[in-house]
Amino acid sequence: MLDALNITKSYGMRPVLRDVSLRVTKGEFVAILGPNGTGKTTLLRVCATLIKPEKGQLVVDGVNALTEANRARAKLGVVSHHTLVYPDLTAEENLQFYARMYGVSDVCNASSPGSDTPIDMVLRRVDLQHRARDPVRTFSRGMVQRLSIARAILHNPPLLLLDEPYTGLDQKSAHALSSLLNELALAGRTVIMTTHEYGRSLDGVTRAVILKGGKVAGELCQDISAERIEKLVG
Amino acid sequence: MRLYFQQVRAIIIKDILVELRTREASTAMLVFAVMSIILFNFALRLRVDSLKPLVPGILWVILVYAGTLGLGHSMSIEQINQCIDGLLLTPSDRSVIFVGKAVSNVLFTLLISLVVVPVLAILLDESLLQPGVILTVIVGVIGYSGAGTLISVMAASTRAREIFLPILLFPLAVPLVVASVIVTSGFMDAIPWADYGSWFGVVIAFAIIFWTAGVLLFDFLVEG
Repeated sequence: MLDALNITKSYGMRPVLRDVSLRVTKGEFVAILGPNGTGKTTLLRVCATLIKPEKGQLVVDGVNALTEANRARAKLGVVSHHTLVYPDLTAEENLQFYARMYGVSDVCNASSPGSDTPIDMVLRRVDLQHRARDPVRTFSRGMVQRLSIARAILHNPPLLLLDEPYTGLDQKSAHALSSLLNELALAGRTVIMTTHEYGRSLDGVTRAVILKGGKVAGELCQDISAERIEKLVG
Repeated sequence: MRLYFQQVRAIIIKDILVELRTREASTAMLVFAVMSIILFNFALRLRVDSLKPLVPGILWVILVYAGTLGLGHSMSIEQINQCIDGLLLTPSDRSVIFVGKAVSNVLFTLLISLVVVPVLAILLDESLLQPGVILTVIVGVIGYSGAGTLISVMAASTRAREIFLPILLFPLAVPLVVASVIVTSGFMDAIPWADYGSWFGVVIAFAIIFWTAGVLLFDFLVEG
C-alpha cells in the first residue's frame, strides 16, 4: 500500500529524515513512534505529499506520489493534529466542501428516498450526526477530531495517515477515537499513525516503527507494549 | 476540466459562506473605505477648492487599501486550523486554490466598490457613474486581486504577514494604479479614447500577467 524508500529530508542544514524506508502492506495498522523532534511528522507529511523529500521514492497504492501527487492524494485520507476544518462552518458544510474538492459525487443526495446521504453516513460513523448543522467552533476537541476523521474518510481512501491524533483529547474522547480507528482498520483500511504516547494509542496496532534521530531505530510486530518501545527508544 | 471548475466553485462558495457567518472582511473593508472617503474629503479640501481632479486617484487608493484588507483576511482564514493543508491535500491541481481564492477576492472587493463608487460620485463627482468607469473598476479589481492573491500566499508563510503583504504588493501594483487612474480620468473627462486607450491595455495586461503567473506559480509557492 505504501512504499517509502530512502527518504531524506533536511530543513536548512538540519537533517530531519536520514534514509528512512517504510513499507506498509494493505490492512496494516502501523504506529510510528518516537520522542518529539525525531521526524515523525515530517515523515508523515512526506507520505501525505505535503512536502517533497530531497532524496527517495514514494509509492502510494501503486502510484508514484512524487511525480503523480494528485493521483496519490486521491488515495489518502489525512488527519493532522491541526483539525483542517473551518470553525465558522457547520460540520455538514465542511464535509460538503471537502466532498466537492475530492470529487465525491452526489454528496447531498441519498441513493434512495429515506436513506442517508454519503455525508449523513460519514457523520453517523463518527457519531456526529446529531451535530451536523452546528458550527464547528461549538464543538469540543474530541468532536472536532472525529469530524477531521470524517473529512479524511469521506472519499473512501484506502490509506489513512494520522499525525498525533490523540493530541489534546481527554480519556473518554481518546477511547472513542481508538475504537473508531480500530473499526476503520478492521474494515480493511490501511492506517499509519504517528504518536509519542506509548500507552492507550497502541490499541489495535499491528506494527510499531520506532524513529530516533531521523532514522528507523527498530520495529515491533508482536507484543507491542510501552515497555518494549521505551527500551528501543532509549 | 469539469472537476476543476467544481473545485474552484467549491472554494468560492466556502469563502462566501465563511464571510456571511463572520462578516469580518466585508465590515472591515467597508468601514475603512467609508472612513477614507470622509478623511480625504476633509483633508484635501484644505488645499484645493475642488476635489474633482483628484477623484480618480482617491477612488483607486481606497480600492487598493480596502482590497488589501480583504486579501489579508482571505489568506488568514486558511491559516486557522491549518486549513491550507486541507486544501493542499485534495487531489486538485494547485492552481484551483489560486483561482478560487482570487475570484473570491474579486467578489469581495467589487462588493466594496458598489458602495465606494456611488458614495464618491454623490460627494465629489457624479461623472464617476458611467459604464467606462465601472468597466475599469471591474478589470482593475480583477488584476489587483490576482496579484494580491499571489503575493498574499508568499506573505502568509511569514510571521509579519500583515506588514509584508502591502510591502510586497504595493510596488507591484503601481503600474496598475497609474493606468487605472488615467483610464478612469479619461472616461470621466470624456477625453478621446485614442489618448488613453493604450492605458486600458495596461490594465488588461496586468490582469492577464498576474492571473497567468498565479496559475503557473502557485504550486511552486505552496510547495513545502
